[in-house]
Amino acid sequence: MVGQGLEVWDIARAGVHGAGFAVPAGHCLVITGPSGSGKSVLLRAVADLDEHAGGARLDGVDRAALPATEWRRRVCYVPAEPGWWRPVVGDHFTDRDRAAGLLARLGLPAEALDWRVERLSTGERQRIALARAVAGKPAVLLLDEPTSGLDRDATGRVEDLLRELMGGGLALVLVTHDLNLADRLGGTRMAMDHGRLTEAA
Amino acid sequence: MNGPAGFVALDYWDLAAAALLVALNALLSLVLRLNLERAMVIAAARMVAQLLLVGLVLRYLFSIQSLWLTGPVALVMVIVAGYEIRRRQGRVFTGPWTFALGGASIMVAGTLATLLALTTQIQPDPWYDARFALPLLGMILGNAMNGVSIGLDRLVSLAVRDRAAIEARLTLGHTFADAIRPVAREAFRGGLTHSINAMSAAGIVFLPGMMTGQILAGADPLEAVKYQILIMFLIAGATGIGVLLALSLGTLRLTDGRHRLRLDRLRPAEGD
Repeated sequence: MVGQGLEVWDIARAGVHGAGFAVPAGHCLVITGPSGSGKSVLLRAVADLDEHAGGARLDGVDRAALPATEWRRRVCYVPAEPGWWRPVVGDHFTDRDRAAGLLARLGLPAEALDWRVERLSTGERQRIALARAVAGKPAVLLLDEPTSGLDRDATGRVEDLLRELMGGGLALVLVTHDLNLADRLGGTRMAMDHGRLTEAA
Repeated sequence: MNGPAGFVALDYWDLAAAALLVALNALLSLVLRLNLERAMVIAAARMVAQLLLVGLVLRYLFSIQSLWLTGPVALVMVIVAGYEIRRRQGRVFTGPWTFALGGASIMVAGTLATLLALTTQIQPDPWYDARFALPLLGMILGNAMNGVSIGLDRLVSLAVRDRAAIEARLTLGHTFADAIRPVAREAFRGGLTHSINAMSAAGIVFLPGMMTGQILAGADPLEAVKYQILIMFLIAGATGIGVLLALSLGTLRLTDGRHRLRLDRLRPAEGD
């Protein structure tokens, strides 16, 4: 199925020089590299959050042909430190039942929907932000260190959910330092160094 | 004595006597080594020079009564107010944008409120009579400028502070208008609170300067109060319109056609 999934080319912005990659639907691309090498800048650019050069295509449709809101619903970026615009967790979801189901899969009780955001741990924030992104049924997830604050059990749950979503056609771009997680999810590996994205050795 | 009943004209000796109070301040500064005496004297001298100059300019404008002179003077007032708005910001838009959108907002708001008063309540002849138009515009601009300064400063500083929250919504496909709304609302509250406070404190905490001036000039207190009430309403109206315009334009400048949060269009204000 040529042209299916996410294709990205010539992304350039302060700190990133002409990065490109392709992730077919149902596949995973793992990007590794030292801090400050431009990984987050690249993900933000793919989500079209900053001005940049280069382009992207989803299932053959050019990003420029879609409204930005539509693009970001389908190509959803989850930063390492996600933001919150309401004081209570549940207010960040439109469908509480679906939210509760996703949180349960990530090892969080349904009451978590009534928790206050300011009292969440880093790991809870990461999992709830992932659930929030998944709830919108995106075609692509751009995840920035999604498991950095998680223990092994929670990491396993995230991994299971991601694998299931990929089975349903999700294209996944994962920035991580966790090489074990990268191995278990399989897929392509690329390395970012000083703003240059290359095939990993 | 001249003019209306009870008006006491001041001669320059009266002013010189009052200036002794400033001299006293300067002396205090010398004795207590506050190192403020120079600044105090210079400020007092500037005040005298600036006000005398304004008095002469106004006297000239009133005697000429030309729209072609009053108009440009009004424009200069708007431009100065625009610079003042920009000067009061912690962060500004790159380029001339803060000045431009702040100035444009109070120009529209100030002109509307002044024209309203000139054409309906006061109705001088001619309608652009500088004796009414310029003081009205000055009072309205001065107050609307405060509201717009506060509103813009809030908008920009809250957008920076709440960046993560705003971008969290953008990443989920919300529009920029939705994402910035809580920040814009808070900024609007900040901009309007000033004129609300001014209205609720008027007459209790302070006697407004314009009203006091009219009373000193011999006007009946109730007539002076009626004028002051009119002015307060004009100020409140102009502040609301000015803040709304400035925040709308500022919000547009904070984003682009791709619903991004464009904090790269901001920079810290120099100096201060």
